[in-house]
Amino acid sequence: MRVQKLAPAAPVVMGYLPIGFAYGVLAMNAGLTPFETITMSVVVYAGSAQLMAVSLFQAGINPFSIIATTFIVNLRHFLFSASLAPYLDRWQKGQVAAFCYELTDETFGVHSLRFARGENAAPITLAINLTCQLAWVAGTVLGVLAVSLITDVKPFALDYALPAMFIALLILQIKNKLHLVVALTGGLLSMLLWLSHVTQWNVILATLLAATLGAGWKTWTKRRS
Amino acid sequence: MENMDQTTVLITLLGMSLVTYLPRLLPAWFLRGRELPPFLVAWLSYVPVAVLAALLFPSLLVKNGEFSLQWNNLYLWAAIPAIFTAWKTKNMFLTVLVGMAVVALARLIFRV
Repeated sequence: MRVQKLAPAAPVVMGYLPIGFAYGVLAMNAGLTPFETITMSVVVYAGSAQLMAVSLFQAGINPFSIIATTFIVNLRHFLFSASLAPYLDRWQKGQVAAFCYELTDETFGVHSLRFARGENAAPITLAINLTCQLAWVAGTVLGVLAVSLITDVKPFALDYALPAMFIALLILQIKNKLHLVVALTGGLLSMLLWLSHVTQWNVILATLLAATLGAGWKTWTKRRS
Repeated sequence: MENMDQTTVLITLLGMSLVTYLPRLLPAWFLRGRELPPFLVAWLSYVPVAVLAALLFPSLLVKNGEFSLQWNNLYLWAAIPAIFTAWKTKNMFLTVLVGMAVVALARLIFRV
């Protein structure tokens, strides 16, 4: 396997190192031990949920509520998994199980683009995923080690790596007008729901509605033609 | 945090792991290798654009927990050159570099 094939992981790695670092620092400041902080990056591996959990741990919220919040925050992965399922037909069960363990917003974005191009070989896909999680864990470890030192990643604009990557992933997936309409609908609905204080469910609800609009429109126009 | 011992924290982490993994695994596990109805196939094909936009919009438009169209919301304004780069070059790496460069420069010049 050539190293160049791991190139799709590069922007994710660039984003995960600083955010994993920030998570590491915040978790330590919240009173988690180094072992607990790093374990969370290994067994949960979900950026926004981990950052949210840290603030819940700090506030002394009970374990059940922390787990329930994590479940709601991460429920959107259900849609990622469903949407990639058709590309995993020929994979072995163990490969599917490993792949899904490391399915995040970012790796989903990368793979949905690769798979649509026909690049869905299991070994390289799993290698890309592993590279991404290693970057996340490495960032966490660095944050744990550096907790007493500099904690500001802003001078390098590393905090913008992930938003910029989402911009690229989104633009690269917009191939026709209907895609654009679905994207704008999903984005605006998500924002409107957030503004209406539906801050846990906005992404899921907006996605469900926008994808339904897209599929409905496509099915309807096909029937008429 | 004071009243939570390590065992409780670790059990909580395992619970978080489980409720994160199951939604990631179950749809792929049960849907793959099946003939799906055309509407569902079309629906699933629109999930990526819908969800990426749904994640992206609030990340650009919310600054410090509040909706912001202000000039100092760098995330929003840096998105314009980033979108242009992505659209013209179709290059993810270049888009990330342009976005980060614009944010870094703006912070250096305007101190925001």
